[in-house]
Amino acid sequence: MSDVHDVVIIGSGPAGLTAAIYTARASLNPLVLEGEPSSTSDQPGGQLMLTTEVENYPGFPDGIMGPDLMIAFRSQAARFGAQIETVKASKVDLSERPFKIWVGDPDTADPTYLAHTVIISTGATALMLNVPGEARLLGHGVSTCATCDGFFFRDHDIAVIGGGDSALEEASFLSRFAKTVTIVHRRDELRASQIMIDRAKNNPKISFLWDTVVEEALGEQTLSGLRVRNNKTADVSELAVTGMFVAIGHRPTTDLFVGQLALKDNGYLITDAPTARTSVDGVFACGDVQDDSYRQAITAAGSGCTAALDAERWLEANVDH
Amino acid sequence: MSDNVITLTDTSFDELINSSDVPVVVDLWAEWCGPCKMIAPTLAEIATEQAGAIKIAKLNIDENPQIPQRYGVMSIPTMLVFRNGELEKRIVGAKPKASLLQEFGF
Repeated sequence: MSDVHDVVIIGSGPAGLTAAIYTARASLNPLVLEGEPSSTSDQPGGQLMLTTEVENYPGFPDGIMGPDLMIAFRSQAARFGAQIETVKASKVDLSERPFKIWVGDPDTADPTYLAHTVIISTGATALMLNVPGEARLLGHGVSTCATCDGFFFRDHDIAVIGGGDSALEEASFLSRFAKTVTIVHRRDELRASQIMIDRAKNNPKISFLWDTVVEEALGEQTLSGLRVRNNKTADVSELAVTGMFVAIGHRPTTDLFVGQLALKDNGYLITDAPTARTSVDGVFACGDVQDDSYRQAITAAGSGCTAALDAERWLEANVDH
Repeated sequence: MSDNVITLTDTSFDELINSSDVPVVVDLWAEWCGPCKMIAPTLAEIATEQAGAIKIAKLNIDENPQIPQRYGVMSIPTMLVFRNGELEKRIVGAKPKASLLQEFGF
């Protein structure tokens, strides 16, 4: 079995990589399991890999592209010696120390890594609608990444599903390309921030379809429309669009920890605020996986720092070197 | 790092696809696509490790609009796999290395 790592960090968004920078600078040789490439938010770099301009991250007065910001985070962690592996944790055993972490086949007897402390920063995964046609038409009009695919929808009529900040942000971005953007929202009011609402409402290409849910994505080879239902009148109609972008929110990526760490009813990890301590001594959590109220890049990075300092203090108190 | 990855354009595309003795994977990408950036190193690794068995090429869709249009591409990264000049497979979205190798027939 391998040596015991002082710190293993699971996840590589702003929280995980900030924890990596701090623990690397503290000479704790962190190992970062950054995840595996995908076109969803569950990928190395996390949700910012699917965004364009980040306008509210301090230090970048002219904004910065989300992927560029995350590549910079990663380089900074690597510069101080963080070991970054492009693998995904498939199982953890936090019942005794050292903690055990598997990558690849979770049924192997021996874990892949042993750790004195674990910092969990697995973030959140974007939700899909799970309606008929959605999976089949993925890449053929249905997209999980507006920034990747907006380009292909020049002069198309498209729909964005959702009513939060990310839905409005995607709609604004997509309006650069699309002929029209219809925001389909299941309620009659938005939960987005005022600046995003004003921006969307003042955009002549953007319109709203209120109190409406999508029941099916239609089309043979490519998306031709959506079957939608008004949830107040129960009227069913077809919305003719050739692009659909889903931004209905996220769920915390906590499947690995169910039954091992205390979770809130909504699935988020419980931490002992203001610390990053979880219900297991020596296991810390930071970023969106434990944050159901702020969910910003800057709050994630801040909590990553907290987790790193907590882990450092824990190691000083509990592990002889 | 990406020495073994061929850069294709709208004009050089057909010649490479039709003249290759081994399968060609064409990675359609753009500067503004995060997942594209994340799989680029993986594709470069495969190009080096499987040199002689497969060719890996990339095509920037911003600079080369014709090829994506010809193949009806609506999402990137998309990887088109050609064998003997024929489109054999279309892989949409970034995937881990093991899955890509499997998709490419290894």
